[in-house]
Amino acid sequence: MARPTASPFRMGLVHLALVIYTLIALFPVFLTVINSFKDRSAIFRDPLGLPMPKSFSLVGYETVLKQGDFALYFQNSFIVTAVSIFFVLLFGAMAAFALSEYRFRGNTLMGLYLALGIMIPIRLGTVAILQGMVATGLVNTLTALILVYTAQGLPLAVFILNEFMRTVSDDLKNAGRIDGLSEYSIFFRLVLPLVRPAMATVAVFTMIPIWNDLWFPLILAPSDATKTITLGSQVFIGQFVTNWNAVLAALTLAIVPVLVLYMLFSRQLIRGITAGAVK
Amino acid sequence: MGSLKIQDIRKSFGHVDVLKGIDLEVEDGEFVIFVGPSGCGKSTLLRVIAGLEDATSGDILIDGKRVNNTPPAKRGIAMVFQTYALYPHLTVRDNMGLGLKQAGKPAAEIKERTAIASAMLSLDDYLERRPSELSGGQRQRVAIGRAIVREPELFLFDEPLSNLDAALRVNTRLEIARLHRQLKATMIYVTHDQVEAMTLADKIVVLNKGRIEQVGTPMELYNNPQTVFVAGFIGSPQMNLIDGGKLGDTAKTVGIRPEHIQVSAKEGTWKGSVIHVEHLGADTILYLQTEFGPLTVRLFGEHDYEVDGVLYATPDKGRTYRFDAEGKIVRS
Repeated sequence: MARPTASPFRMGLVHLALVIYTLIALFPVFLTVINSFKDRSAIFRDPLGLPMPKSFSLVGYETVLKQGDFALYFQNSFIVTAVSIFFVLLFGAMAAFALSEYRFRGNTLMGLYLALGIMIPIRLGTVAILQGMVATGLVNTLTALILVYTAQGLPLAVFILNEFMRTVSDDLKNAGRIDGLSEYSIFFRLVLPLVRPAMATVAVFTMIPIWNDLWFPLILAPSDATKTITLGSQVFIGQFVTNWNAVLAALTLAIVPVLVLYMLFSRQLIRGITAGAVK
Repeated sequence: MGSLKIQDIRKSFGHVDVLKGIDLEVEDGEFVIFVGPSGCGKSTLLRVIAGLEDATSGDILIDGKRVNNTPPAKRGIAMVFQTYALYPHLTVRDNMGLGLKQAGKPAAEIKERTAIASAMLSLDDYLERRPSELSGGQRQRVAIGRAIVREPELFLFDEPLSNLDAALRVNTRLEIARLHRQLKATMIYVTHDQVEAMTLADKIVVLNKGRIEQVGTPMELYNNPQTVFVAGFIGSPQMNLIDGGKLGDTAKTVGIRPEHIQVSAKEGTWKGSVIHVEHLGADTILYLQTEFGPLTVRLFGEHDYEVDGVLYATPDKGRTYRFDAEGKIVRS
């Protein structure tokens, strides 16, 4: 809704800037998608052209699907992402609840310690992580990836959720205590529903780096049974020949699930049920 | 039954002492109000009674049983909060029934008790609504209903009217008074509004800086304040507190309520000029500047006085209070 003071001209400029930004951001995606539907010569002859009847081809998708293991790669990516998000949200929210709700010695220090991971990239510890995974026999398992991604996502989750949980009314939690709810019920039934928009934010921020990550799958789980979709797409990129049809098709397919997950979470982002809880 | 006994309760947050030794007895069926300025510890005391905060030391006895280590839900209390604190995802009916459900009561009993409470507060039409679909006054009624359903020994109210507008505040105040008569339950009520305290309470507890200043019925506090603080806190407009030295009195402070001063255009004890006049219809409030400082006078009915006019004020006999250097009353 436009504020009454904003002139149409100003609003036009604002929208123009937004449209330009959107175009720039979407252009690579657009290019990937249109070229995935063209045959090889059309990709090189006219990379910006839309797929015409003459140049239309599904050869990329055929290659990808015939490769056979792609369903499995998708499944791997999906399991790793979903389980990691679940654990990040669960443990992140629990830690944030403890930090925001209970007074104990070292509370602030603990909060800082948990947030430290935001500033220090987890990849610095790759060698140690790999050694640890080898020692525990977790190399080439999805568990290894899930553990690493959970650790990677937790600092930001704790940080954001901690701030949000401070805004949940103390009176509401105390009302629950007087009604005989346990601390767990207060956490799961009163606090979590109220910070759902924050949870969705955390989920989106956690999900995208995990889905797109190439580093840890390559190092920790490169076996055929545990490849993720991003790693799987790399088979088409060779040192001398790259099967562009297949690469673009694989990437296009990889966008779909993440888009679906994003839409699921963004619905939550918008819907807040806090209205009427307090005041 | 619902008596409460508090013995030497102290509460510190780190190095800050919020409650500095509170002793209090509340008898069954009493309506007790904790009143005091913000930061005096009244809400903390209520939370300690509820079990939401642990006391640093001291004992709390409800019906003669020590409840220091009993969780809030098992103390036989119910609490109404300033911000209503309704469960946003539950309907009015479930909001009221949750406590009983947690306590494992049969569904039929929950239904019956919810029905009684909702009839008492005329909430029948709203039982299936969620808190977000109710107005502020309705929400607070639901919060009160949630307390009634639990049939507690002790009702605790934490500034329940602060979030309501003036008209609703009066209505809800009357409703709470009616409920107290109807339920004959013990109620403890926290407020910073001395009008609420005077109108509702059987017994007022005035708190200041973590200590009890005075306990008494509203009229005892009004007529026999034991300290300067109570004298200044109870009564509106505030009691005139005048430096004793300037009046040639041996007391440190002399207090006179605005309604215990008469004015005359010709003669009187003190001479003063009118600074400001407030016409409230039933009352007229005069602000005078005298040689010993400002003086507030409350006259009943309508009066016409010009600003800057000269008036003589005379205090009613036997209605002045004298306080010593420690703020304690001096019996004359």
